[in-house]
Amino acid sequence: MLKFILRRVVMMIPQLFILSVLVFLLAKAMPGDALTGQLANNPKMDAKTLMEMREKFGLNDPFYVQYARWIKNLLHGDLGLSYIHQQPVTDLLAGRMGNTILLSACILVLTYLIAVPLGVVSGRWQDSWADKLIVGYSYVSFATPLFIFALIMLFVFGFQLGWFPTGGSVDIQIEKGTFDYYINKMNHLLLPSLSGALISTVGIIQYLRSEIIDTKLKDFVKTARAKGVPESRIYSRHILRNSFLPIAAFLGYEITGLIGGSVFLESIFSYPGIGQLFLQSIMQRDYSVVTALVMISGLATLIGTLLSDIILSAVDPRIRIE
Amino acid sequence: MLNEPILQIENLRVSFRIQNEFYAAVDDVSLTVHRNEVLAIVGESGCGKSVLALSIIGLHPQERTRLEGRILFRGKNLLSLSTNELNQIRGKDIGMIFQDPLTALNPLMKVGKQIEESMDYHTSFSSEDKRKQVLELLKKVGIPNPEQTYHRYPHELSGGMRQRVVIAIAIACNPALIIADEPTTALDVTIQAQIIGLLKELQQQLDTGIILITHDLGVVAEMADRVAVMYAGEIVELADVYTLFSRPLHPYTRSLLHSIPSVQTPREKLHVIQGIVPPLPKLPRTGCRFQSRISWMDESAHETTPILREVEPGHFVRCTCYKNFYFPHDRIGDMEYGIS
Repeated sequence: MLKFILRRVVMMIPQLFILSVLVFLLAKAMPGDALTGQLANNPKMDAKTLMEMREKFGLNDPFYVQYARWIKNLLHGDLGLSYIHQQPVTDLLAGRMGNTILLSACILVLTYLIAVPLGVVSGRWQDSWADKLIVGYSYVSFATPLFIFALIMLFVFGFQLGWFPTGGSVDIQIEKGTFDYYINKMNHLLLPSLSGALISTVGIIQYLRSEIIDTKLKDFVKTARAKGVPESRIYSRHILRNSFLPIAAFLGYEITGLIGGSVFLESIFSYPGIGQLFLQSIMQRDYSVVTALVMISGLATLIGTLLSDIILSAVDPRIRIE
Repeated sequence: MLNEPILQIENLRVSFRIQNEFYAAVDDVSLTVHRNEVLAIVGESGCGKSVLALSIIGLHPQERTRLEGRILFRGKNLLSLSTNELNQIRGKDIGMIFQDPLTALNPLMKVGKQIEESMDYHTSFSSEDKRKQVLELLKKVGIPNPEQTYHRYPHELSGGMRQRVVIAIAIACNPALIIADEPTTALDVTIQAQIIGLLKELQQQLDTGIILITHDLGVVAEMADRVAVMYAGEIVELADVYTLFSRPLHPYTRSLLHSIPSVQTPREKLHVIQGIVPPLPKLPRTGCRFQSRISWMDESAHETTPILREVEPGHFVRCTCYKNFYFPHDRIGDMEYGIS
């Protein structure tokens, strides 16, 4: 098992390398750089200082030199300097990273908390009114774009009803580390994570439902019935365990989706996370931040698939890796 | 001469709903299984033999199935029991062996646990006792190293070994009746012989009745005491195994026996029965159901409402068409086939 994980981690190195080259070249291919904007907006800036600054930051070097420098710094944990914020990207990310991870974890937990029971009910009592209701909900949520749904949630529960705060991750006046601080933080998290979760349940519900309907008819379920196993145990021990396999594999994919989702959610709820930063940085052409974030989300995707493989091999003896 | 009856099926009709219409897949079947007897039910695919077997322990989806008649097991009508009451009998008094050992076991559960499971609900053994019992069972069904096998997952075992595990599950609580639904169909020939040998041995040891569903007449000859031949949901012939093989009467039985290639008499072509068993909604409901597949016979040879008649003690045949039945391509061929 350990060997398998190690091998998978080693396999991630070339993947990350290719990703880094692509990310770097794409960033370079985009028109302009962080200083282009400064020329128009900053009256103190003239063409000469701009040239000097470009020279200073190494922006005039050939791209492979720039790439080598970037990768060397990356390996040292230095993600470069944000031109816009005038501070190291690592400092910029430090606080926001935690916020995004917290939000993503909340969405993930809520998604599974909502989707698994619904999927089980709708698979077990197929074609019942409960099933029809659940399938209806999942279709609606599938058809609704996240950014529209999040806006409606924000409008209704944030502005109209005023049940939830409409932005930020915590009220500033509250002292850090106190009990109130965490409660306040949770309160800020609830609406964005609920919005994210309600939209992303569809995959799991539909997978689980069709898996259960499929597994119900398998021969080994007949064998279990022929043994005189009561219906509730047929489900818990035989049908559900087998139906959860693809859901476990889904987890990695789910993590990838969260990163994309966080861009919308954080922007709409003005939640200070990396998704919001990502959008801002693209618009401001703050490429050192953009490349760093793309690298991080790439890494998260790879870790997600690794996680899926590990979970799957833990629950399915047929693909257990020695 | 026969032991006491343990299972009596009386006028059983099993119908399935297809688009709001019920179609009988098993029609007016009456059978008796005695203690320590092997009753074989033979017929082609689609003739209703597996449906019959599964309905004994109520494994058909309730919402799509209608069961009529009576299935008496030790005097209790199984058709009137609730699922909970049925669960007391399933696995304990009636064991079931399924056709395909590759799919009959839960892929995520150790085989030892799967055998143990039926004891969980039917015995009050301690877990240590259950484990011992499972190891004993594994030995009994001829698995060479029970301790290791206990902790194996199904995919780690061969098809033959898996079928032995399935058999171990069926006999775990010493049932009075075992239903074996094509137990050798999915296995290759050498393994088939082993499994048949094992079943025979176990039947003598455990003194159980067996209902053996099969389309393999070799298996029937090897194991059965009595044979019921089914066609299109009905029993067309019922006799003890010697009578059936030496004096088959119904055209369907004779066609089946005729289809066995013989080593002694070289034939140019394998005999096949014309046509197929019609699909459930198109099954003939009146007259001789086999009529369409022996179309060269004169229509007047068939009864209008054929019933199962006792033509000699213990030998029942449906329809009078057997009296002047002949095969179209060899009129002499009546006596030379079969296993003598």
